[in-house]
Order: sequence, then structure tokens, then C-alpha cells
Amino acid sequence: MADDWEIADESARLPHRPPGAEDTAVVRFERVGLRYDVGPEVFRDMSFTLPAGSFHFLTGGSGAGKSTVLGLCYLSLRPTRGLVTLFGHDVSRAPTRLLPRLRRRLGVVFQDFRLIEHLSAMDNVALPLRVAGVPEPDIRRHVPELLAWVGLADHLEARPSTLSGGQKQRVAIARAVINRPDLLLADEPTGNVDDRIAMRLLHLFEELNKLGTTVLIATHNEQLVRRFAHPCLQLNHGALTLRQPEPPQPRPGPRPAGGLQGGRMDRP
Amino acid sequence: MRSDIPLSRDRNARLVPVLVGVMVFLAVLAASGALALDNVLDRWRRDVTGTLTAQIQAAPGLGAEARAATDRRVALALEALRGHPAVASARALDDAELTALVEPWIGAGELLDDLPMPRLIDITLRPGAGGDTASDVARALAAAVPGASLDAHRLWLSRLMDLGEALGLLALAVVAVVGVATTLAIIHATRAGLTAHRPVIEVLHLIGAQQDYIARQFARHALTQGLKGGLGGFMLALPVLAGVGWLAAQVEGGLIPRVGLSPWDWLWLVLLPLGAAGLSMLTARVTVLHTLSRMP
Ligand SMILES: Nc1ncnc2c1ncn2[C@@H]1O[C@H](COP(=O)(O)OP(=O)(O)OP(=O)(O)O)[C@@H](O)[C@H]1O
Ligand SMILES: [Mg+2]
Repeated sequence: MADDWEIADESARLPHRPPGAEDTAVVRFERVGLRYDVGPEVFRDMSFTLPAGSFHFLTGGSGAGKSTVLGLCYLSLRPTRGLVTLFGHDVSRAPTRLLPRLRRRLGVVFQDFRLIEHLSAMDNVALPLRVAGVPEPDIRRHVPELLAWVGLADHLEARPSTLSGGQKQRVAIARAVINRPDLLLADEPTGNVDDRIAMRLLHLFEELNKLGTTVLIATHNEQLVRRFAHPCLQLNHGALTLRQPEPPQPRPGPRPAGGLQGGRMDRP
Repeated sequence: MRSDIPLSRDRNARLVPVLVGVMVFLAVLAASGALALDNVLDRWRRDVTGTLTAQIQAAPGLGAEARAATDRRVALALEALRGHPAVASARALDDAELTALVEPWIGAGELLDDLPMPRLIDITLRPGAGGDTASDVARALAAAVPGASLDAHRLWLSRLMDLGEALGLLALAVVAVVGVATTLAIIHATRAGLTAHRPVIEVLHLIGAQQDYIARQFARHALTQGLKGGLGGFMLALPVLAGVGWLAAQVEGGLIPRVGLSPWDWLWLVLLPLGAAGLSMLTARVTVLHTLSRMP
């Protein structure tokens, strides 16, 4: 399993956080307000911090603003009020030429996948590596490995339009993690897959997290949130509350209805 | 080099080479017309601007008196001509030269005394005299001396040249208009092609692609498309040019000087498709960079 994560070539990665900088904030919102061109403020005075190496869920009803929070984090939106910092940079004031470098430290699973229709699954997943200038032979070695691991070994050459919703989602996830990002933002990454695959993907995120990636996952899936003991940011009517995980659950321990632990079984 | 953007599979973008081809075809035809016309005019200009011949009618009657009257006319004509700003020199042909000219037809002898021979004046024009100089000189001459006229063929040629110059300007105007239309069409088609790819540009942007990485792919594609269309249009224009050249060669017989293009002219023509391709590349690049600069 660990081998799967040696996929990103050294040259594709950005300098790692210096040791001992674990408590630096990867994302910081300070009294952030956001309003789209039309409509009222989606939220205001929102403050939270994602420390380096943390793992958070982001929950809230439909339309609560989860995708909006993520959009602020992956630099597709700018706050209308307040301060958003990413890796210590004020996103509203960072010079344009710095933005691509910041973006390459992110892995994003978009709610609508945003796969490129004309490219095969493989080429879609290879995109972040190509953009970062990783040599082709490395790309051809690593991308099929990762796609095989998310269960798409037989669909390397498939166009996204020929894939099922869950398959597309897995391609999108593979594209988000291929670069071993410093920050992984996933918008409803398990919305279209069955529980077994959902668990497997969540374990993938945890594995990345153990290797140092900060993770933020927006989801409706309360069951998933309860299953994994991670703090949860709850969005409700424009207000954010942080809910710490319930008293440690013996996760690998015996559970009455097995189903959901399946994912754990193929771990080494 | 590979491309992440499926530009070549795009129906929309297939319009660009066709458009560039048609425009280059028109531009090549208009430009070669202008160039060939300019060559013809050049030759005529050399003929017309070098020298002119004026003809002075002999005074009526025979004998010494009439000869003296004719001499006076020649003197007047010379005076008028030498006073004209475009004339460098004017020289009356003497009897010996005139005799030599008519000898083949009339034979040697004291004929000049017996016949009312017209006199000829060789006029050398100043270098750089324009196409309408000949008619101007003709007017001055006719005003000074009754019965004086300028060599009709050359006068005609100079008028034809005026017409030719006007046509040349017209052809250049056509080239200019086609050039502007091509530019606009390429810009428009390239933009239309890019709109279809906006989602792809957005994804590449969010994944952290440098602006240049994205713009380069579009520019490279636009260059290929532009070259394809441009060279296609150029190739299509060649048989048409050959056909027109052949037709012109058929009427050759002194009426129209040989129509042809010099190697320099060909270089200009080849520059047209290359320029069109370069233009579409530049447009693509500028458009993509503009689109990207508006993304957050
Ligand atoms: N591009 C946009 N323009 C205008 N309003 C928008 C836009 N995107 C989202 N909104 C509004 O912002 C609010 C929050 O939307 P958002 O997509 O962040 O919700 P969400 O929590 O992700 O919902 P879901 O769980 O359904 O994905 C909604 O009221 C929505 O109508
Ligand atoms: Mg959403």
C-alpha cells in the first residue's frame, strides 16, 4: 500500500513543510464573508483554521455553502470580506504569478468532477503531473497504478462520458491525489459510490493524511463522519461550528453489521 | 509535442483553416494582380519618362520662305519646350538625320526642299517625371506652336499608365481590405474555438497550469491550423495565377508587355499564408491569456 503513494515524482512536488512546522495553518479564514454577484451573503464572519496535517469534515445541508467554502480554499473564489490565507499567503493579495504554484499544492475533487471530456481517464489523471512538468515515463508508470488502485484498471482509455457516475468520481479523486497534494479538498467525494468503495476512498484520504496531507472533505454523509473520528466543521445558516469527534471509537474493532469495515481489510 | 486540449477534434475549430484558406486565396490573387500591374507600369514608366518626340508640321508652301517659316516654328517649339520644367533638353533633328529617317521610303535627293517635311524634336525629360508629364508637355507645346504635336503612341501610353496606376491602387486597396477582413475573421474564429474549450481552460487553470502552458497549446494548434489553411489557399491560387498568366501571354504582341512576377514578388506572396498563420497563432495566444487573466 505504501508503494502506491510513492507515485508522485520528486520533481512534481513542492518543497515539503519544514519539520516542526506541523502547527502552521494551511488554511485560515478570518471573519470571512462571501457574496456571489447576485444574491445575499452565503455566510459572513466565518473563522476557522486548518492546521497542517489535520483531517476535517465539512457538513451542512444542501445549499449551506460547503462548495463555496471549498471554492475559497482552492482559489476559485475570493472573499468579499475578511481574510483567507492559504499556506500563509493572503489569497486576495497574492501576486498572480504565485497562484499556479499555490494551486499545485492542492488536490481538488470537484463536486461535478470537471473531467475533461475528450481525454481518456488516464490522461485526465495525468493532467496535474503534466502541468507540473513530470517526465512522461514516470507519468505512464504511476497513473495506471493509481487508477488500478481505485478499481479502474480496465478503464484506462475510457472517456469520462462512457464511465458511470461512481467511476467518474474515482477518476476525479485519482486526479486530485496523483500529485500527493499538501492540501486535499474533496467536495462530496463519495456521493456516487457504494459504501465499500466509499470506505476504501476514505482510507485513501487517511493514508494521504498520515503522509502529511491536510484534508478537508465536504459531505452529507453523517454515517461516514461518525465512522471516522475526525473533527467536523458544521455549516448551518451561515454559521460554522466545530464539532470534535465523539469519544474514541474502536474503529477497527468488531461491529455488529460488518459492511462498512470492508475497506479496512485490504490494508496491509 | 502532446496536447491536453482536444483542439484538433473540435468541429468548431475546423472552420478556421477553411477561413484562412479562402482569405489567403483572395489576398494572393489581389496581391499578385497588384504586383504584376506594378511591373508592367514600371516598364511603361521607363518608356514614357525617358524621351518624347515632338512633331512640327511644315508651313504650307514650298521654297525658302516656307522653310524659314517652318524653322521659326521649330525655334518657337524648342523655346517652349526648354522653358518647360519637366524637360531636361530638347534638340531638333537636323536635315541629315531627317533625311536618313525618310530615305528608306522616299529615296535620297534634294527632296526636303521639294516636300513639306514635318520636323522632329527629340525631348529628354528630367528623371522622375510623373506619368502625366507627357500630356502636360503636349499642352504647353500646342499652346506655343500651332500644328505641333507629341508622339501619339507615347501620349496614349502615358494615359494608359494613369489608368494602370489607378488600378494598381485599387488592387492594393483590395489586398488591404482582404487583410483586415482576414485578421478579423481569424480573430473571431479563434475566439469562437476557444469558447468551446473554456471548461478545459478552467480545469487546467485550477490544477495550477501556468498561463503560458495553456496559451502555448492553443497557439501551437492555431499555428498548425493557420499554416494548413494558408498554404492550402496559396496552392489553390497558383493554378489561377498560371491561367491568368497564360491568357496574358496569348494577347502578347506588343499591346501588353509581358506580365510576370519577379522572385521578390513571389517572396511577398509566400509571406501572405505565413503571415495569416502567424496572425492566428498570435490571436489564439492573446485571446487565451486574456481569458485567463479574467479568471480568479
Ligand atoms: N455561482 C453562483 N452564483 C450565485 N449563487 C451561488 C453560486 N453558487 C452557489 N450559490 C449559492 O450559494 C449558496 C451555497 O451554495 P453551495 O454550492 O456552496 O452549497 P453546498 O453546501 O455545496 O450545497 P450542496 O450540498 O447541494 O452541494 C446557495 O444558496 C447557492 O444558491
Ligand atoms: Mg456543493
